[in-house]
Amino acid sequence: MQAPTRFLPLLIAMLLAWHPAAGWPADAQPTATDPVLEARVNRLSAELRCLVCQNQSLADSHADLAIDLKNQVREQLKAGGSEQDVIRYMTERYGDFVLYRPPLKGTTMLLWAGPLVLLIIGGLAMWRSLGRTTRRDETPPLSPDDSQRLNELLAPGPTRRDAPD
Amino acid sequence: MKLKLFLPLAAFVVLAIVLGVGLGLNPREVPSPFIGKPAPAFSLPKLHQPEQRLAATDLRGQVWLLNVWASWCVACRVEHPLLVELSRQNTVPIYGLNYKDDPRNAQEWLRQFGDPYTASISDRDGRTGIDYGVYGVPETFVIDKAGIVRHKHIGPVTPEVWERDLLPLVRRLRG
Repeated sequence: MQAPTRFLPLLIAMLLAWHPAAGWPADAQPTATDPVLEARVNRLSAELRCLVCQNQSLADSHADLAIDLKNQVREQLKAGGSEQDVIRYMTERYGDFVLYRPPLKGTTMLLWAGPLVLLIIGGLAMWRSLGRTTRRDETPPLSPDDSQRLNELLAPGPTRRDAPD
Repeated sequence: MKLKLFLPLAAFVVLAIVLGVGLGLNPREVPSPFIGKPAPAFSLPKLHQPEQRLAATDLRGQVWLLNVWASWCVACRVEHPLLVELSRQNTVPIYGLNYKDDPRNAQEWLRQFGDPYTASISDRDGRTGIDYGVYGVPETFVIDKAGIVRHKHIGPVTPEVWERDLLPLVRRLRG
């Protein structure tokens, strides 16, 4: 019974060392002076791709460039710029690539229409192959002889299987 | 009817080719929207003479390279010897955009590794970098006599890149 008592202080120390703050990110977000503005900044930067870590949005990323760009978004919205202005600012510099929802135009046609085209092709292929299966199930009706045999087989009555072992 | 049997194979081959080409592309190379457009304007203090400013318009009339670098950028060290060599040969004026760097660190870095730049300018807050769509230092832009961006290279300039992409372009732009 000595071991638990020996480890008790250590256990308590470990429990004390664990603090919710330990799980918080190191750099705090800039304090929101204007919650409405901050909500707009966050909504807009969730639509913009971080160029450094390409599968994250600006809102999610902590890369230096993402923070700079988010500050740009904040500054421009604060100065009275519209969301369209910010999006134009970003695409002028980084191309359509920064947009998580690229605009519909010639070069992005395949991107937008691709899934629908694939769905239609897949749907057609499935429809055709299902159609073929149902046709295969249309077996010719039984001949009178076969019908009679079937009825005999299905008729209730002692069969070998019912016999006691 | 026999042709139909080969349909899945044909579909597989097409898919394999498309995916194969896709694998070969580099997703980090975002096409720059600046190619064929005027180089974004800047007017920034020179690294060595902060009281003097350099503007993009001052460089009209010559073909020049804008090399984005920083002392904190590890990949910049990879390309640096080549840049130093190019400047020694007087191939093309290279202007350095010292991106989000402490000027003291930048100057020390150039003292240590050599200074290939006709001039370096300090972009401490990275605003000009953003104007040029910089997202991965080092980046190198080729800008023509009229101030139009002709090419952007992302990542270190290797001898192969220089021989294959940049040098022929510089020669052609010089005419």
